[in-house]
Amino acid sequence: MVLLQRPHILLLLIDTHQFLQCWIAFGSANEEGQQQEEFSEELLVKPLPDHKLLAHFHFQSSAPPSTSNGCHHHLFPKAISQLVQKFRVKEMELSFTQGRWNYESWGGFDPISSSNAKPPGVELWAVFDVPQHHIDASWKNLTHTLSGLFCASINFLESTATYSTPEWSFPPASGNVRYGTLPCEAVCTENLTPWLKLLPCRDKAAIALLLDRPSLYRGFYHSQRLHLTSTESSSEGIDSGIILEQTLTVVLQPNSERAIEVHASEKHVQPSWSLSSIFGKQVSGRCVLAKSSSVYLLLDRGLVAELKFPNKENGKSAANGLTSENFWSNPSFELSVNPDRIFLEESSSHSKSLSILYMFQVEKYSESEPFDIGLMWKVPVAWLCQQTPLHASRFFMGSGNERGAIAISLKSTQFTEGFMSANSKDGSCELRVDVFQVVPWYVKVYFHSLRVFVDQQPRAVSDFIEKIHVSPSKDKMSPGVMEVVLKLPCRVNTAALTIEFDKGFLRIDEYPPDANQGFDIPSAIISFPNFHASMVFLEDDSLNRSPLLSKFQEKCPVMSYTEVLLVPLTTPDFSMPYNVITIKCTVFALYFGSLLNVLQRRVAEEERFLKAKAAKKTGRLPLLLSKLSAKLRGSGINQD
Amino acid sequence: MAETKEKSLSDEKPKPRVRPIVRLGIFLISHSFHFSVVCCTAGVLALFLLPVLAKNTYISENALMPGSASPMLSNQHVSDGNRLVKDLTNPNSKSSETGIESHKIIAQYMLDLGAEVSFHKFHPQMNQFHPLHFFSSPDSGKIQENYSCSSYGINTVGIIRAPHGDGKEAIVLVTPYNALKSGFGEALSLGIAYSVFSLLTQVTWLAKDIIWLVADSQYGEYAAVAAWLREYQTPKFSSLSTPNAEMCPDVNNLFELKGHSISGSKFSNSFRRAGTMASALVLKVRDQNEQFEDTISIYAEASNGQMPNLDLINVVNYLAVHRQGLRVNVEKLWSLLNSSWLKSLGEIFESLAKVAKSLYPKWKFGIPATEYVEGTATLASSLYYQALGVPTGPHGAFRDYQVDAITLEISPKFSLDKVWRNDILLRGGRLIEGVIRSVNNLLEKFHQSFFLYLLTSPSKFVSVGVYMIAFALLIAPLPMVAASLYVDANSSSNCSKGDSSTPSAITDTDEHSIAIRSWRWLNSAKLVFIVHLWGAIVSLLPYFISQIPDCSPTTSFMIWVLLSILSLLTLNSVLASPLACAKATQEKEWALVKSVTISSVFIGLGLMSVINFATAEIGALLMVPMCLLAQPLKLDVRAGTLRSFCRMICNLVLGHIAFPPAAFFLLKGMLDGFGNANVGDFWMWVESLWAWNSATYLFIGMVQLPCWVLCISILFHTC
Repeated sequence: MVLLQRPHILLLLIDTHQFLQCWIAFGSANEEGQQQEEFSEELLVKPLPDHKLLAHFHFQSSAPPSTSNGCHHHLFPKAISQLVQKFRVKEMELSFTQGRWNYESWGGFDPISSSNAKPPGVELWAVFDVPQHHIDASWKNLTHTLSGLFCASINFLESTATYSTPEWSFPPASGNVRYGTLPCEAVCTENLTPWLKLLPCRDKAAIALLLDRPSLYRGFYHSQRLHLTSTESSSEGIDSGIILEQTLTVVLQPNSERAIEVHASEKHVQPSWSLSSIFGKQVSGRCVLAKSSSVYLLLDRGLVAELKFPNKENGKSAANGLTSENFWSNPSFELSVNPDRIFLEESSSHSKSLSILYMFQVEKYSESEPFDIGLMWKVPVAWLCQQTPLHASRFFMGSGNERGAIAISLKSTQFTEGFMSANSKDGSCELRVDVFQVVPWYVKVYFHSLRVFVDQQPRAVSDFIEKIHVSPSKDKMSPGVMEVVLKLPCRVNTAALTIEFDKGFLRIDEYPPDANQGFDIPSAIISFPNFHASMVFLEDDSLNRSPLLSKFQEKCPVMSYTEVLLVPLTTPDFSMPYNVITIKCTVFALYFGSLLNVLQRRVAEEERFLKAKAAKKTGRLPLLLSKLSAKLRGSGINQD
Repeated sequence: MAETKEKSLSDEKPKPRVRPIVRLGIFLISHSFHFSVVCCTAGVLALFLLPVLAKNTYISENALMPGSASPMLSNQHVSDGNRLVKDLTNPNSKSSETGIESHKIIAQYMLDLGAEVSFHKFHPQMNQFHPLHFFSSPDSGKIQENYSCSSYGINTVGIIRAPHGDGKEAIVLVTPYNALKSGFGEALSLGIAYSVFSLLTQVTWLAKDIIWLVADSQYGEYAAVAAWLREYQTPKFSSLSTPNAEMCPDVNNLFELKGHSISGSKFSNSFRRAGTMASALVLKVRDQNEQFEDTISIYAEASNGQMPNLDLINVVNYLAVHRQGLRVNVEKLWSLLNSSWLKSLGEIFESLAKVAKSLYPKWKFGIPATEYVEGTATLASSLYYQALGVPTGPHGAFRDYQVDAITLEISPKFSLDKVWRNDILLRGGRLIEGVIRSVNNLLEKFHQSFFLYLLTSPSKFVSVGVYMIAFALLIAPLPMVAASLYVDANSSSNCSKGDSSTPSAITDTDEHSIAIRSWRWLNSAKLVFIVHLWGAIVSLLPYFISQIPDCSPTTSFMIWVLLSILSLLTLNSVLASPLACAKATQEKEWALVKSVTISSVFIGLGLMSVINFATAEIGALLMVPMCLLAQPLKLDVRAGTLRSFCRMICNLVLGHIAFPPAAFFLLKGMLDGFGNANVGDFWMWVESLWAWNSATYLFIGMVQLPCWVLCISILFHTC
């Protein structure tokens, strides 16, 4: 059967190939006339302070409003556009993450970390453009569709007990948003492959060629994200332009043979790397369907300040020149390839130094001359990434199977001190912190027990909480949601929120197969709406067209996710149904036996009879004994 | 068999019948004497049979897979560990008075590995007697205002984050270390832990975070670990004492120096956490050793006889024996090893097994006599430490938070050359690595294997299903005897009354007297209740006595005894006397008292067996014979037969032994010799019991002591 079908498939493939080429030809023909479907691919590499390397792949496809060319697409994945049309998704984000983002050493105050640092497992949120009462149905259908599309158990988000409706604290604030996470979802290649299928060149050309599975999954952090927005162009809402943004963020260790470095002096030198040494592959040529494909190397603010570029004072003038040799032949490091363009960040309010972006055009390279940048460090450099204003961590308190408390503790980082001292002119500045926390129903949170500690002093809740929205959990129906807006004084050192809970009981069929592992409580989202992580690079014509850099320019609030918590619940002994059945049967037998006995017996008559007997006989016990012995003897004889 | 047959036969007959179950009860009650003798003997015998019945341990959880991966700890890591040992034993690192230098060295080493490091400063918290605080979950401790700068300890904590893990769980490795007077053993244990730690920063298989806690043991190992756990599990966000402590110059100095020297943000003075603790290992190396080979001792008993999951011990035992060639030890009562009676008992069992085997070749339950003796010694110590309810090491602190933990004490054969040291570092390190790797494999928490067990050797155990039989047999006669005594007391008084009064009076007052008689036990119950009330008061008294400043243990004990006697007399005169006098004339009153006493003992033992089985078992061994045999001495003297004489002797001996202080001194004498017994010792022992919140203390105060008093009162009953 399969063998028979094969030639047909081949034919079909050839057909589609030709068809596609036709379409491309067609697309290029009327390029001037209409807005076109576009695809661009970019890779950003950034050295991290703890000897690691961040690689951020950014693929963006966009489709113009569908009225222009019906439901056919050249580049844009059909599955996504159908999904958007079917469920009227206004905005959606799906992320698969493995590992934890280390906010302390990898930073939390730049566009990459605040939008790409995600909680472990799967996170999905979506905004729908449908009437209120249809949202839940749309959400359920969407989860099932995505589940099929990405080979993941996203369909578990279908049940109302797993997703929630954030009111206002969640960034895309609107009533139509639904939010759900699956913290224990394992992420692997089976999720990556369908994600790559959405790209026009898959992983067969250009930057996507670098996505070598073994080296990706060896990394310390791996987050694959799919973000789509559909912008309405007409009032009907059917015609919409869709922008699909696919990002993959990985944190890798450039050279894994750390054991070789013994000398303390060598340990502080950042490891040198090249793309081929990290990914084991090189970029050869571009994806012909892509509008642009480029690689960026980002040196962030802290590193730039540490490197002390020789002409730092007149950095701006050099940036205008753009080809100043000083920027890439630094005494402390060396680039193996000359950058095509250098961008300097526009002065930001938060930091004194500015980050530098080197840009490399992949188009220039071909298979015979593959593209491979490398960075060689010459002197040890140590710097700190810019951190979130407050470092958030969440943990459990208490012990035992009965009750406990969740604590979210916020600690100020060095960054805040500098910023606050600069910003607080009148001395009464306030730091706004939004906390969004979802707890599953089996963790029964008592919202009245919310307590606030500021600088190690217990304080009245009303003093610091400006706004709070709580929707208590319903058993087996909906999770508990807590949204809090905290107004903390700028000079706060530590703050903590604690809230107590009781552990609930589940029915035996509600336990997952690995019930003894415990149950996950999804990450809380801590966001700082007053702060915006954005990097504005100096204006340039070509800059506007780079989707990655324009993404950096967007003002998104600084966000951080807390740890996933594991709450051990009381579990029944699953290996004991047999015992339970036995005991139950025994109890039932005893109960019904004695009940029948009682119903059958006429008590008064029997007592009279006994009394009459007692009058005759001397003692009861000797009689019993003699009877017993007689019976034993009798039965023994019978048996013989 | 006989009963079932009886049932089936009696069903057929159309005559009035007592229900079979009632008939069985009546039968047992009427033969309670034989029944109790048989049961008690069987109970004691079953206890001695336990080493024979012990099963081999096996790894129940498949996910553990111990030893399936070859160890990755190489000589490189060992030399790293050796470097730390050298630095720590270097004389100039000990120059500082507070031992801060060595903490800095450890922290620096951890940081060089890329671990997150923090110091945890704590004030040693004395264990105090909290009345009615038993069994409650650990609290965050009292805030004490008067902490001085000089008395604090510093725990150094290093955390490795699992590269691919989600950080939900963590494994804890604890090495107690006293910076002020550390022996070579402690430094060596740090070396082992460090070599494992340096390996774990490089491996890719880590799924759980690793916490290495260097517990400052200058105020005791347990206190340091408990303080850290308290901060980990129940932190106090509002602390009044912290600003106080921050003013101490030493501490500030420590923190500032560290902050300067380290690039990056891996160091912080704030308390660092990882996820839920999956299990914990405490590693110690003993300084001197008389053994001829490298051995490793496992300590597992936590407070109130709680044990870690058997799988944890199995994994350690398996890896140590089959992979690293270490000999594994569990605690034994050494004095039992040389006892000849045990040996002969073992030989009897052995020969019995031989006979059984010759009869039917498939019966293979015998073990050699020497093995039997060793098993019994181990079992006895297992019972003893569980019964004491005091944890045998710092691992006890973890059990309070439902974390499985054990202490491993490596005692190397004594020699000082470098090769030997490397060997110990390598083998110890590989053992720890293997255990951590196994626990790391776990997807779920430890739940497959046993939590209730007694060890008879590192690879043999007796599970709850088996050892409960011995206890059940021991206490089974109690309700029977109580019932039979009650029946006897009622019926005999009935008869005596019937004899003395006129026949016409019987018929008149029959109903009335029966009603009165059937409530007579309330009197005895009141007496028993009063004595138990007194027991509660006696158990509370030490709290007040301990408030008296500078009191030697001996005087405290004396005060305690005096107050106890005083309170007993007062209670007796206030509550008991008026009614007791009125009814004292009744015959057989002692039987009723005995019956109620036995019932209360039965309830007490039953409850205790749920809380701490070992205590209940040992208590039952003492109390059951005493309760069953108790009879007024006057009656025995009057009877004058050989049987009553024997009973009298037994009663007197048991009456002495079962008195808690007497039992304590007897046990202590048996273990350490009678030479240095001191009255104050008992007070100290009791103090340690309540400090550790041991339920044994409550048992002694509220079950055993009242029972003893009641039995003594029966012995001296005037009838």
